[in-house]
This record gives sequence, structure tokens and C-alpha cells, in this order.
Amino acid sequence: MQVSVYRYNPETDREPYMQDVEVNLPEGKDLMVLDVLNLIKDKDQTLSYRRSCREGVCGSDGMNMNGKNGLACITPVSEVVKHGKLVVRPLPGLPVIRDLVVDMSVFYKQYQRIKPYLLNSTPASGRERLQSPEERAKLDGLYECILCACCSTSCPSFWWNPEKFVGPAGLLQAYRFLADSRDEATEERLAGLDDPFSVFRCRGIMNCVSVCPKGLNPTKAIGHIRDMLLSRAT
Amino acid sequence: MVTSVLNYGRSGVHDWVMQRFSALVLAAYTVVMVGWLLVNGEALTFAQWREFMGQTWVRIFSLLAVLSLAGHAWIGLWTVATDYLKVNWVRVAFLATIAVSLFVYVVWAISILWGF
Repeated sequence: MQVSVYRYNPETDREPYMQDVEVNLPEGKDLMVLDVLNLIKDKDQTLSYRRSCREGVCGSDGMNMNGKNGLACITPVSEVVKHGKLVVRPLPGLPVIRDLVVDMSVFYKQYQRIKPYLLNSTPASGRERLQSPEERAKLDGLYECILCACCSTSCPSFWWNPEKFVGPAGLLQAYRFLADSRDEATEERLAGLDDPFSVFRCRGIMNCVSVCPKGLNPTKAIGHIRDMLLSRAT
Repeated sequence: MVTSVLNYGRSGVHDWVMQRFSALVLAAYTVVMVGWLLVNGEALTFAQWREFMGQTWVRIFSLLAVLSLAGHAWIGLWTVATDYLKVNWVRVAFLATIAVSLFVYVVWAISILWGF
């Protein structure tokens, strides 16, 4: 199979280029894209990419495969390759450090900005802060995010304003804490989001939903935040 | 919180609500105008048109529609400009052109609607 990989080493290359590599796939097996990259790296040690758990849990190997973001370790070659060619590029919109490795600073900055932790100034009674099963159920579909950045880097609003628009990943987590019955900072959190960029730059095109490797729905969470902002303002 | 001086209402919710409210006004206005033209458009005379447009409710509704159009266009184009125009002076020049044009359209519309 023909594989085209994005290569860029800032120390030696003047600009990025696509490198075509022929990879012999084993018969009768549907490899994951990460396995294919490993086969290439066996022959060319200079190819750089992030990977760790190789089972879709750590979120390290988010990349763009034949035009769609996803985790290379849980994306079967058969799913993305339609015309016999695999094209692998780094996540779009973020600065490339080398080959498929991107600088995720701005992504983490937006995550940090929404204060991704419980804010509760009431002293905990006894041992722990209890939740009813219903209250706990509100966090389903929110807490599972692994911060792989596939969603935010598939979002044009995040491409154009990564410093101002929180992005789908950050907003999913923002809602995860807004929805948490143990969090007391709802007003502060909403006040920090009520500007024309942080939340409202979302135009609802749902690229985030279409690429999320964990099957989460940031657009829905953003809708909930918008509703909360709306009822706060009226 | 991200601040900005040029957007419509300083607040994301405010812009969002205005965008939707103005859209509803424009939709209603379109329905009324198209509906009236479908009923009366066959052999429409200037006198008929003038009489229709001269009614107070049509003037008020038209003015509301023009103001809605201006607000809607400003919020929308401000969004487009802050997405795609990354050079400051280009964006400011673009927005200034839009602002002046919209202002002219509003004043012109008022003079058409209430000037006769």
C-alpha cells in the first residue's frame, strides 16, 4: 500500500513535504494506522510521532488520516483508505514541532482557562461530597474526554481564533463542571464565557462530533452552556 | 474573558439573541412582502404600491426590518471579519466601510419611508 506521510524537521528542512512510502501489509490482517506508522519507523527511524497506550485511552496519537482527524491506534486502515492510498498529516491548525508532532500549548491553555477542577468553598462534610445517581448521570458523555485534540483541531472556529475561542474540547469540559452538582462556581464560570468568542464562536457545524474517537458530543454541551448563559442573561 | 470593543453588544449572549431576533423579523417581513406581492403583483400600479407602502404599519414594519437587517449584517460581518481578516488595519477598514454603508442605508431607508 502507498502511504504518504507529512515530514518536517525544522533543523534540516526549509519547508514541510509529503514523503511517499510503499508499505507491505501482512495478508489477511486489518492493521491500525499506528501499526503502519510503526512499520515505516522500523525502516526510517527519523519519523516522529506521539503514541503511548496504543488502545485509544491516552489520546497521544491524534492525527489527520485521509483528511479526517482520529487516533491512529484505533483507526483501522480499511476505514480510512478508500483508493489504495493512506495520507497521514499532523493535526491541522497547530504549529508543527516535527513530522506528526504538534505543539499543543494553545489547546492546553484553553483547557486551563475553563478551570477544569471542582470549585467548592464549603468544607466537605464527613468523608466525601455525595451525589445522587441522577446527579452523577449528568456527567456521562462529558468526563470521558481524553484531550486528544482531534475535535478542536477539526474546528474552523478554533483554527481562526485559537487564542480566543475555547474550542470543543475545552467547552465540553467547561460544561462537565457546570453540570456537576458539587461545583459552586457556576456564576464565575459563566461570567468568564459570556463574550463573543469563548463560546459563541461555535457555529454548530459539528466537525467535533464527527471526529471524536470517544463518540462524545461537544456541540450538545456547547448548546447547554449557551442555554445557561441565556437564562443567566434574561 | 475575551473583550472586544467593536462587536455589537459587548456580550456574546446579546449578539446571539439579536442575531436570532433580527432573523425572525426579517423572515416575517419577507413573508408579508412576498405574500402581498403574490396577491397584488399581477397588475401592480405605482398608486397601489404607494398606498400599500404609505400605511403606518407598513412603514413601521419596514423600518424595523431595515434596522434588523443592519444589526444582523453587522453582527454577521463582524464575525466573518474577526475570523478571516487577520491584519488589524485591513479588518478595521473593512468594518468601517460596513458601518458607514449600513448607516447610510438606514438613514436612506428612513428618508424613503417617512419622507413622502
